[in-house]
Amino acid sequence: MYKIIVLAKQVPDTRNVGKDAMKADGTVNRAALPAIFNPEDLNALELALEIKDQYPGTQITLLTMGPVRAAEILREGMYRGADAGVLLTDKAFAGSDTLATSYALSCAIRKIGDADLIFAGRQAIDGDTAQVGPQVADKLGIPQITYAEEIVALKDRVIQVKRRLERGVEVVESALPVLITAHSTAPDCRPRNAKRLMRFKRATTLSEQHSAADDYLATHTAHPGLNITEWCAKDVNSDLVQLGLGGSPTKVRQVENIVFQAKESKVLSTADADIEWLMQELISQHTIG
Amino acid sequence: MNNVCVYCEFEEGKIQEVSFELLTKGRSLANQLNCKLEALLLGENLGGLEKEISRYGVDILYMADDKRLYPYTTLPHTAVAVGLFRETKPQIVLMGATSIGRDLGPRISSSLTSGLTADCTNLEIGDYEDKKAGKKYEHLLYQIRPAFGGNIVATIVNPDNRPQMATVREGVMKKEIVSDTHKAEVVYLDAGQFLREEDLVVKIIERHMETSKVNLKNSSIIIAGGYGVGSKENFNLLYELAHAIGAEVGASRAAVDAGYTDKERQIGQTGITVRPKLYIACGISGQIQHIAGMQDSAMVISINNDANAPINKLADYVIQGNLETIIPKMISYYKKNIK
Ligand SMILES: Cc1cc2nc3c(=O)[nH]c(=O)nc-3n(C[C@H](O)[C@H](O)[C@H](O)COP(=O)(O)OP(=O)(O)OC[C@H]3O[C@@H](n4cnc5c(N)ncnc54)[C@H](O)[C@@H]3O)c2cc1C
Ligand SMILES: Nc1ncnc2c1ncn2[C@@H]1O[C@H](COP(=O)(O)O)[C@@H](O)[C@H]1O
Repeated sequence: MYKIIVLAKQVPDTRNVGKDAMKADGTVNRAALPAIFNPEDLNALELALEIKDQYPGTQITLLTMGPVRAAEILREGMYRGADAGVLLTDKAFAGSDTLATSYALSCAIRKIGDADLIFAGRQAIDGDTAQVGPQVADKLGIPQITYAEEIVALKDRVIQVKRRLERGVEVVESALPVLITAHSTAPDCRPRNAKRLMRFKRATTLSEQHSAADDYLATHTAHPGLNITEWCAKDVNSDLVQLGLGGSPTKVRQVENIVFQAKESKVLSTADADIEWLMQELISQHTIG
Repeated sequence: MNNVCVYCEFEEGKIQEVSFELLTKGRSLANQLNCKLEALLLGENLGGLEKEISRYGVDILYMADDKRLYPYTTLPHTAVAVGLFRETKPQIVLMGATSIGRDLGPRISSSLTSGLTADCTNLEIGDYEDKKAGKKYEHLLYQIRPAFGGNIVATIVNPDNRPQMATVREGVMKKEIVSDTHKAEVVYLDAGQFLREEDLVVKIIERHMETSKVNLKNSSIIIAGGYGVGSKENFNLLYELAHAIGAEVGASRAAVDAGYTDKERQIGQTGITVRPKLYIACGISGQIQHIAGMQDSAMVISINNDANAPINKLADYVIQGNLETIIPKMISYYKKNIK
């Protein structure tokens, strides 16, 4: 039996950036992008669930830091098999860079306590930084295994993991506790389970309960297990100086719209004559052929 | 003190290309800042590599040759780098945005509480004013990278914390040898001075390194497919055209994410940077993260059914229409006209 924490982030779906994703002033229209469970965090959850399959009784807690709305992914994770969710939300976190984020997450992990394994995604698709996992491991003073593709073995508190590198694979071994980041080549997360869906769709955070109709409160008083834990900065004993914008060493100096140096381009149609002309042109310029 | 330091990546007897590229960038930053260029090389059996690194104009090379430092594992490299940087206090640290650099960089930055910017496409020196705090800073590192979503580029700075750290992908910077006879001052480090027993907790059991089958970086013609290609089957059209004219096939991230082709073909900020003679973009809209990886192509052809696709602005030729119709015609007219 192990105690596992999975770090998950709700991200805008940058994979399907449509035409209305940008506003006229060149900034991102977050509202036009659906908010999703960061894909590699689902791989991370699956690795954790596989361990639970092998060791029933294993306790999986999903932890996310974000706005109140991020509780959506906690429920999603519970439908797929996570036992509990923790939402870390506070104005004090606003503007956090990866260092401030990992500090806040590490405080929450300490508060949850006694984790044997912490899983994270390799990277979140909104920034592709891949920094939060290793930085959380550093803050907790534990080793890390990045880019995990498969749990090869777990026995007697020693884990073997296959890592997917740019140019190859590696199997490494570590004693617990350890933080593992999941690569997209790890198994896909299992789908929602219908029974769990019925049970956890009413799981809510305190903030959600406050903004909802009265019968929510009644349900929750009757089923305390459906409460999603919600913590603010003070709850996890974090040092305010290290949080948010103030705790972030990186600052954005400037955001610039890029205006491409428009070339004088020649526009062709799909007509045979146009395509033949272009191929002849490329051949005669010795660009191809 | 307060120099520019490049972490040099060592794998299978060789220093990685990206490290040489960063040394070249580091040299020019050090010149502008009027400071020294340092390199850090950790591994085993490193003898002889001093000269190779020196050539890029390195002033001081820190080397630790120890079997506990090869193959790379996170904690021993972190321990030596953090230990050294606490003494030498570099103002800038650069590393490759590779499997190793992206594992090590965040760990070092967390230990030293310094900021780290991933996947920069440009690095410059400049000033910064924090208007709220009424503070001015001179000669900071501008860490420039495309930002989320669209046609924007963000300049990130770390005003107060040191070192200022950045990772850069292979191929983004150009390498240039300063002089074959340039000699760096070599400082041999004793890894044992920095390593603790608990740094060795992760052990490598097995390792297989492969050489990549795709050689985009050295191809003079690249046919790149985007989300508009529509399916894995349609990607075959691109392979056929590539086969006919002697090109390599690349892709946008949307095409890779959709499963049309493999990740190792991805071009852009988080993929490969290419500079071919001819770049044919098929069904690619041209978001900044993609453009970042191909904007130095000598000639660009865009095949797109949207006349207003941003990539058309960079194109020498725009073929407006469906790629399913256009590519077969290109193949057949190429075959017809080539002798
Ligand atoms: C942190 C981060 C890093 C990123 N890194 C990269 C990166 O390294 N590389 C990268 O490419 N992207 C990267 N992206 C993603 C990038 O922002 C875009 O989402 C992506 O490049 C879009 O790919 P696309 O142009 O293929 O798809 P789309 O934007 O969907 O464009 C498809 C195009 O195909 C055209 N089309 C459709 N059907 C047809 C047809 N039948 N015939 C002809 N044309 C057709 C459409 O008009 C459209 O222009 C990154 C994003 C983030 C947030
Ligand atoms: N706000 C957050 N809440 C929970 N987990 C996070 C958060 N940000 C990042 N992570 C975790 O860290 C991983 C890497 O994120 P990033 O460094 O932003 O690419 C993600 O895949 C998540 O597992």
